Amino acid sequence: MSDAVVPAKRKGFRISPGALPYVLSLPALLVCIGILVPFFTAVAYSLQRYRLSQPWARRWNWGENYWNFLSDNSFWNTLQVSLTYAILTVGLELVLGLCIALLLQKRTRFNNFVSIMLLMPLMTAPALASLMWKLMTNPGFGILSYFASLIGLEDFRWASDPSTAMLTVVLVDMWVYTPFIMILLLAGLRSLPKQPFEAAALDGVPRLFVFWRITLPMLTPYLLTATLFRAIESVQQFDIIYAMTQGGPGDKLTVFQVEAYLNFFQSTNVGRSAALLMILWVITYVLSMIFIKQWLKLRERQRGEA
Amino acid sequence: MYDKEKQLIDAYMRGTVSRRSMIKGLGAMGMTAATAGVLVNAAATQALAQNGFDWKKHSGTTVKLLLNKHPYTDAMIANLDNFKALTGMDVVYDVFPEDVYFDKVTAALSSGSSEYDAFMTGAYMTWTYGPAGWIDDLNEYIFDETKTNPDYDWGDMLEGVRKSCAWNGQPGGELGSDDAKQWCIPWGYEQNNLTYNGSMLAKAGVAVPTNIDELVEAAAAAQAANDGIYGIGVRGSRSWATIHPGFLSGYSNFDQKDLNVSDDGTLSAAMNTKVSKAFHRKWVKMIQDSGAPDWSTHTWYQVGTDVGAGKSAMIYDADILGYFMNGGGNAMAGELAYAPFAANPAASAPTPNIWIWSLSMSTFSKQKDAAWHFLQWASGPEHGLFGASQMDFVNPVRASVWEDAGFRKRLSDSYPGYVEMHDVSAPGASIKFTAQPLFFDLTTEWAATLQKMVASQVPVDEGLDQLAESVNAQLKDAGLG
Repeated sequence: MSDAVVPAKRKGFRISPGALPYVLSLPALLVCIGILVPFFTAVAYSLQRYRLSQPWARRWNWGENYWNFLSDNSFWNTLQVSLTYAILTVGLELVLGLCIALLLQKRTRFNNFVSIMLLMPLMTAPALASLMWKLMTNPGFGILSYFASLIGLEDFRWASDPSTAMLTVVLVDMWVYTPFIMILLLAGLRSLPKQPFEAAALDGVPRLFVFWRITLPMLTPYLLTATLFRAIESVQQFDIIYAMTQGGPGDKLTVFQVEAYLNFFQSTNVGRSAALLMILWVITYVLSMIFIKQWLKLRERQRGEA
Repeated sequence: MYDKEKQLIDAYMRGTVSRRSMIKGLGAMGMTAATAGVLVNAAATQALAQNGFDWKKHSGTTVKLLLNKHPYTDAMIANLDNFKALTGMDVVYDVFPEDVYFDKVTAALSSGSSEYDAFMTGAYMTWTYGPAGWIDDLNEYIFDETKTNPDYDWGDMLEGVRKSCAWNGQPGGELGSDDAKQWCIPWGYEQNNLTYNGSMLAKAGVAVPTNIDELVEAAAAAQAANDGIYGIGVRGSRSWATIHPGFLSGYSNFDQKDLNVSDDGTLSAAMNTKVSKAFHRKWVKMIQDSGAPDWSTHTWYQVGTDVGAGKSAMIYDADILGYFMNGGGNAMAGELAYAPFAANPAASAPTPNIWIWSLSMSTFSKQKDAAWHFLQWASGPEHGLFGASQMDFVNPVRASVWEDAGFRKRLSDSYPGYVEMHDVSAPGASIKFTAQPLFFDLTTEWAATLQKMVASQVPVDEGLDQLAESVNAQLKDAGLG
């Protein structure tokens, strides 16, 4: 009789092969439910006249909240402020981030050290960064106000003045998020193939020409990725603006999220708040689609060229 | 406790010895005022336990509170052991800073959560919470002899304050009307008057202003005469909280209102009258000439800390803000003084709008009777006196506490003019806004308009006409106008 060892059958819970795919997709399904249920709830709210302080007046008004936006000056102001903020921050951060990345492109100990140090603002919560800037721009004791006075701007009021409020919050945003773009582009720059640059150097091609004709086109996927991430985040900005000015002075900085937050938590106007967020969702969705399409086109082109 | 001290405290509790004499007597026995106060409070709790009310009815029950980080909260927590001993109940609580506090309350109540039995609130917030069905009408408890102890003395609450916490739920309905529901119990309150730095005004050679014209001039003079300061601190952030303190107090002193209530109950904007425009022009000029350079971001915090740090000569804001800035580690501790302020030269007395930190009961609480045990103790005369005399529970909402000689002396010794200021302005102190569901929308827009006026983005008259037009449109849209 053979003494061959028969492997013991494992005891315990077994999943039948038929059920396995469903079980494996369960976590993803739960996450989807966690996202979709609030989303469709918000859609439903946005189609209602729903104010918590007037529960007796709650009813379906279908598209009225959206329709009202057309004749609502504050909505158009919100749209304009949000887009202005997003365009300014993303544009300036791209330029600055790219410049810094180019400066740090060469792998040296110093450059590596500086690139790590420059990430520090990214580690700061935006709300805290805003409070720091609020102190630094305080007209009484703020260091930035002091510097401004040294260059002749004696009464520079930063976020308190309608004419400089946007500039101030954009500066804070740049301080926090430029490192994000810088590190992304730096990674891109350092991963570019060396041959085109070596060939250009051998041919004596001017550096500016190399930048426009070789570096920038090869870096475009990274630029698009950075732009996509920052644009989506920037158009949804809340913490920096709310912590600095609560959307003021006047209505200079009432971006979507601030307006929606005040509508819900202060005015308890659930319907209008949800409708505002739906519009913001559409903008974010459209932006994402545009960037993703461009990114895919670029990839196709690069494959074709290869 | 030694017999002599105990006898003295018992005599006080029986009413045969005044509080002042008792504290003096205990002092003579070598006891500090603070220790004496604690002992008196413990004795008061013992007396409360013997007033025939079944304080132990909910023994073993735990109530949970949602609280704002505030000296009133500190005073309650400091005295909580007495409540626990009195009732056998336990009390647990969550304390949040004010920046996020009301968001937390809204989230808890709108979700129908039964986690919290009672919570701190402001009277304005109950104009949302009440109609939404999130809080209970506390009249059902206050006037139920089986639920409220005989020494609670509801009539002892300052009338203007008490009425300001009661509303019938009808948009535009008069506060404190006969059919009003008591949505919250006043706990501590703030009037809006002047807190000033006497030496700064003296350096400028100006007297304490007594009306809006004098205030505009005094602020400018103080700013000119003192280096590195600004003349007058008032709130300016884009928030409803910019309108309710000094601004509305001065505004209502000219008999101006936020809204008109017509006979059929519809509401309409009332802030673009001739008198209102004149007042706004003065207010805007005052801020432009002598306000904080970063006024449009100033909340109560900046207004208070600036006067406490010697960065401003005066504030027209909550009196308790001036109170707190006159102590602790503030640079100007002991330098500040107080004055009642009637903006209208023709007015006979100030008419301060008030902020009331109050206590409400959640409709979703599963142990309302037990929660009411806590609420009546926390808003009762014994705790009020303890908080006012031993802690920083100012301004008390009970007349009996204001009549207490020890409390008045304590205030007068360290806060010159505070008691007199309160006495002069308390009769006219109440909420001056029209109670209605769009309160936060309309006042926030009012603040944003004020910001535009101060920044010269829009002329005052035009800005108020635009505001009134917008307010009317919103009221109409909400079915109120």
